[in-house]
Amino acid sequence: MKSYITSYCSITPESCSLNGKVKYQNLNNRTFNDFSKSIYKQEKIAYPKFSKMDGLSKLAFIASEVLLSSKDTSRWNEQQTAIVLGNKSSSIVSDQKHYDSYKDRASYFPSPAVFVYTLPNIMLGEISIKNKITGETSCFIQDQFDSTFLYQYIKDLFDSEGYHRCITGWVDYTPFDYEAHLFLVSKSDIEEVKTIFDHNFKRLII
Amino acid sequence: MDNLREKLKVEIIELLNLEDMTPSGIANDDILFGEGLGLDSIDALELIVLLEKNYQLKITSAEDGKKIFQTIDTIAQYIESNK
Repeated sequence: MKSYITSYCSITPESCSLNGKVKYQNLNNRTFNDFSKSIYKQEKIAYPKFSKMDGLSKLAFIASEVLLSSKDTSRWNEQQTAIVLGNKSSSIVSDQKHYDSYKDRASYFPSPAVFVYTLPNIMLGEISIKNKITGETSCFIQDQFDSTFLYQYIKDLFDSEGYHRCITGWVDYTPFDYEAHLFLVSKSDIEEVKTIFDHNFKRLII
Repeated sequence: MDNLREKLKVEIIELLNLEDMTPSGIANDDILFGEGLGLDSIDALELIVLLEKNYQLKITSAEDGKKIFQTIDTIAQYIESNK
C-alpha cells in the first residue's frame, strides 16, 4: 500500500521552512538558542519545558511543532503513530557538558538535568510526550541521512505492524552546526498529499 | 534572611532555566512543585546539588527533601538552621 508525505519541515542555521517554503529566516545569524526561541514565540507555542531541553531536543521539538502546526493531532490514534529518526552525532553536546561537570574530582557536581539528555532518543520522547504519541519510537545513528533505510523500516511498520502515521527524518546537533529535516508520513491519502513516500524522500529538502 | 531568599530565587531561576520567571514573581511561600511553580523530579535533584554545591548541605533522605523543598521559605529556614 502506498503512503504519503503530508508535511515536511527543515531547520538549519539559515532558516526554518515548511513544505518547501521558508517560514522564518535566521536574520543576523543568531545563535541556535535565540533562533529557536524566536520560532517558539512566533509559533505561539506554550510549553514551559522547552526552556529546559538540551539543543538536540529543542531542535527536534521545534521542528516537530512547525511540522504539525496545521495538523489536528487530537484525531490521531496515538498507538498507531510512530517516530523514527536518524542522527549522526548522538547527544554529543550534552555528553560533553556532562563529562565536563565531573572530570574534575575536586569539583564534582554532575547536573541531573544535563544527564537526562545524554541519549539522542530523548528527543523522540519529548515529541511523544507533547503529542501523546505512544507508538514505536526509534533513533538510528547513521553516517548520513539514510532515507532508504528509514523508508524500508517505516514501510514495514505500516505494512506489518498496523501503523498509520510516522514522523521521520534526520536531526543532528553539534557544537558547530545543526540541521533538522522532519517528514510526516501517512498511510491515508485523505490529508493533503505533498508527495508519495519512497526511498528517496529526502530529495524534498531544499 | 531576606537576602538569602532573594539569592535562592536567582539561583533557582538560573539553575532550572525558568526563563519566564523573575525573582519578584516568586513569593516566599509559593509551592515549588506540582501545581505550584511546576517543578518536577529532575528539578528536585538539581536543588539537592545546589544545596550541596553552594551551601555545603547534604540531603540524603527523600522525606527530608519533600519538607525542605516545599517553598523558598522552607529552603531558607533549612539553610539558616544548618549553617
